[in-house]
Amino acid sequence: MASERTSLAHLPEAGQADAEASAPLPEVRPAERMRDLLPAIEPDRRLDDWGRSERIEGVFDQTLVEFFYRYWFRVEVEGIENVPSDGGALLVSNHSGALPPDAAMIAKAIREEHPAPRPLYLTVEHFFKGYPGFSMLLPKLGGVPAHPANVHRLLFDERQLVLVFPEGRKGTEKLYKDRYRLRRFGRGGFVDAAMRAEAKLVPVCVVGAEEAMPVFAQVEALRKLTGLIYFPVTPTFPWLGPLGILGYLPAKFKLRFLEPIDTLELGGSEARHDKALVQVTAQEIRARIQENLDEMVAKRRSVWFG
Amino acid sequence: MVRLSVPASGAPASALEVALGAPADPGTRRVLITGLSTYWGGRLAQALERFEQIEAIIGVDSRAPTVELERTEFVKVSNQHSLIERIVRAADIDTVVDTRLVVSSVAVAPREMHENNVIGTMNILAGCAGSDSPVRKFIFKSSAHCYGSAQDDPAFFTEEMPRARPAGSLLERDVIDAEAAVEDFAQKNRDVAVTVIRFANVLGSDVDTAFTRLFSLPLVPMVLGFDPRLQFIHEDDVVHALEHAAFHLVPGVYNAAADGVLALSEVIGLLGKRPLPVLPPWGAGILAGPLRRLGFRIPDEILGLLRFGRGLDNRLLKATGFEYGFTSRETVLDLAEHLRLDPVMRGREETYIYEREVEEFLRWSRHVRRGGERDEGVGADREVLGI
Repeated sequence: MASERTSLAHLPEAGQADAEASAPLPEVRPAERMRDLLPAIEPDRRLDDWGRSERIEGVFDQTLVEFFYRYWFRVEVEGIENVPSDGGALLVSNHSGALPPDAAMIAKAIREEHPAPRPLYLTVEHFFKGYPGFSMLLPKLGGVPAHPANVHRLLFDERQLVLVFPEGRKGTEKLYKDRYRLRRFGRGGFVDAAMRAEAKLVPVCVVGAEEAMPVFAQVEALRKLTGLIYFPVTPTFPWLGPLGILGYLPAKFKLRFLEPIDTLELGGSEARHDKALVQVTAQEIRARIQENLDEMVAKRRSVWFG
Repeated sequence: MVRLSVPASGAPASALEVALGAPADPGTRRVLITGLSTYWGGRLAQALERFEQIEAIIGVDSRAPTVELERTEFVKVSNQHSLIERIVRAADIDTVVDTRLVVSSVAVAPREMHENNVIGTMNILAGCAGSDSPVRKFIFKSSAHCYGSAQDDPAFFTEEMPRARPAGSLLERDVIDAEAAVEDFAQKNRDVAVTVIRFANVLGSDVDTAFTRLFSLPLVPMVLGFDPRLQFIHEDDVVHALEHAAFHLVPGVYNAAADGVLALSEVIGLLGKRPLPVLPPWGAGILAGPLRRLGFRIPDEILGLLRFGRGLDNRLLKATGFEYGFTSRETVLDLAEHLRLDPVMRGREETYIYEREVEEFLRWSRHVRRGGERDEGVGADREVLGI
């Protein structure tokens, strides 16, 4: 029959909440208070609310990622201290490779080298949520669809590390001849997101990924046939079948984390309405990454041995 | 109806309730519940009956009530609720709780659903509108189906986020249309506090929805290559949220969903079942027809959820002081226990049958001894006897 518990059991808080609730909407959600209302973590669960699975991620981390990180790409890391130990931060990196290994290597670098390792969420295209297989696997490994609301919740409410590739598909599509030439950084959406969340921006440079999977051509007809976002021709794909997409060449990887930019110093969440400032900041970050990439590539004596 | 034996629903209220006494919004005195015969309407009426401050509880529906009610008055109305205005005015109703919305297209024909969800809502709103209307609070039970489920959705919908694509199913369109009517009502009647609560998919032992049916299958079908994120709410929490809105003044739109978003594979694990990834990733809509003929029906609004899932930001309702009794995980575990016990327990519960004449006799006849009067009588006898 009637339930044991009624909402009256919560009256003490409810009384005060009432006064606030009748105020106009923006006052009801003082951002800090909303943060306290985030769901608690249930210790018995194996997945978080984003669908991330520590277990499946751990399996990948111990096997495939470990192998590539340590023995295949022999990743070298610079400036790991630029990744903040707490608070939300948005990592911004250059992007390449048909099935880009850069995200996994950056996440692994933080896990291995950082004094206070933190999980890294990586933003992926909405396309993957709609493609069978990817849709199942990517969230388990920390992939989150690149929706502004998702990035904001992760950065602001949950104070997590988020990795974004502003070049997006334009970066992974590009051919070998265009290597290490950064594509357009969109409309600066990532700067807007960081400002709104008052999070730090950490530029990241990745050298080696371009040679690990050189893309020689894009085949439009096969792209349409498979419904993928692009259909690349690499040294191993599609020649060795679907697994050929994992056929990375053993290029030497170098990661460099650059000094973070504090969006609070740029004016915090209000500054995002200044479109010019957003654009200028995005351009600046792009220029810094490009500059560092050029320097790293110039210093490199061999693609394979660094 | 006053029962002479110790009433189950009159079980001692918690100490806190007794101490607090009155509901937080003293304006809630005369309540009209539409959809009294739905599971929600009946349970809400039972819950409200326990508070003396609520002078009158009137329930309307086109079918007879399905639960036993003590003092709620039932008025049978047509499906379109066209005469509601007279009831509202005659009974001087101050709070209307509209629990009538059909949110699962499993059991109801599309035409009937539209009639109830859209036409019915508009008529009820029309009945409550007007400058001389006594209504000062309107609570609408809506559904998270208004957000839809698409590839480019955010992982957690907040109340002000628009849906990504136009409505993909009849049910979704109905919910959107109904909410639009409520919003229009709120704009035109500024002195009425309108609360809209969008509930996530409900699970519980007493509700029959597409998901409870899906989860009671021995093998739970999944779409090949997809593991959507799903969020639920326990049936008790739905009633509590409606109560919360009735007792407080919380105008606005709120999501109601339990804490925690689960992957479908996780849900199946908690239920102790096995997944059956047989639905094709594309063209499941085309396949739905033949499957239906085989007696295996997946409603349109669920097909999207089985691929892309849906998560809600439930914090705004919490900010008004509401607390959920169950997390999504606990909700699923509760259902799992019910599913395990159901074959044993089925048919044991007494079912309630509404009979108008009996109810009327029990409520109004002067021969029925009502609790208070009998006590008085005993006391009087004692006085006479000099005890």
